Amino acid sequence: MNRLVHGTSLALTLAVIWYLLSGHTEALLLGLGCGSAATITWLALRMDLIDHEGHPLHLTFRAPLFWVWLMWEIIKANGQVIKIILDPKLPINPRRFRVPASQKTDIGKVIYANSITLTPGTICLDVTESDLDIHALTADGELGLKSGEMDRLVTRLEGDS
Amino acid sequence: MISTVLDSLSWLLLLSGCACLLISAIGLLRMPDLFTRMHAAGIGDTLGAILVLAGLMLQAGLSITLVKLVLILFFLLFTSPTACHALARAALAGGQKPLLAENLNTENPISESSPTEQPLP
Amino acid sequence: MMFEVAAVALFPAMFLALARAIAGPTVYDRVLAVNTFGTFTVLMIAVLGFMTDQKDFIDIALAYALINFIGTIAVLKFFAVGDFGYQQESKK
Repeated sequence: MNRLVHGTSLALTLAVIWYLLSGHTEALLLGLGCGSAATITWLALRMDLIDHEGHPLHLTFRAPLFWVWLMWEIIKANGQVIKIILDPKLPINPRRFRVPASQKTDIGKVIYANSITLTPGTICLDVTESDLDIHALTADGELGLKSGEMDRLVTRLEGDS
Repeated sequence: MISTVLDSLSWLLLLSGCACLLISAIGLLRMPDLFTRMHAAGIGDTLGAILVLAGLMLQAGLSITLVKLVLILFFLLFTSPTACHALARAALAGGQKPLLAENLNTENPISESSPTEQPLP
Repeated sequence: MMFEVAAVALFPAMFLALARAIAGPTVYDRVLAVNTFGTFTVLMIAVLGFMTDQKDFIDIALAYALINFIGTIAVLKFFAVGDFGYQQESKK
């Protein structure tokens, strides 16, 4: 049942992307698009790649709100790093530390780690079962992560699934 | 009227995006070691790409080009942290040690110390 | 006009990234610089497409963004394992 839902959504996504990238409505091109979408879905099913991790459907509706918040965080963090680079003294204070990750699933941890890396000034070096190894450019970055706001939001995004 | 507003907004976005890319490239040259350089490269990968592509999106209008620009932005935002993480893992596995604050001599500003020459692995 | 200015502003950024790729000093610095250079190239191709009003360039930029990522991962894999396959693991 689950495989069916995820396979269908994969095939639909592939078909929509084909249409958006080609922009043609001739029968031949649409037919070729449907054919390749079906082939890829069949291959993915055969390779057993279709599951909730490859195509996280359950996040579809909660993700956009998180992206808006993340975008704002990215802009703020960029401002700080730009100020540091343009400062003639280059006031960096690089540090390495660990922060706990309260997400239950692998996909939640991946989202958290990627969000950390996406905000300039903090990079995720390693992921373990319970925490993340972080490299930060300044003390501000460390304090921001240790406040745990992003951790909480990713856990909420992940939900109960 | 509306096209003038859109034009000036896209000017603003494009120019600030290019400024971000330039700053990110300058940071790439100024930073003292690999891991701090990755922070500098992150600016170009995130804010620089977002601003430049947003400026182009405003010029594209409602067309298939807009969709393609959104797709480019998505790919860049999804792949750049993965590439960054892979690079950090590979560098750590290859024996690179991040330069940390406690190892820095505070009397000598870091910008004056030259990056340590390390042999190729 | 707007796109010409953006393209001209992108050139020094690409040049600086290339300078870091040449300066090194480690291979990881070079990979990082080339990855950044690739991102700049993607944006440059998109801007050039608008400048010359050839919207096909956007498709090239899209393909370049994907190839850039895969290329970076492949080079890192090559330096980490010394092989594109899994020979190293069987040697352990």
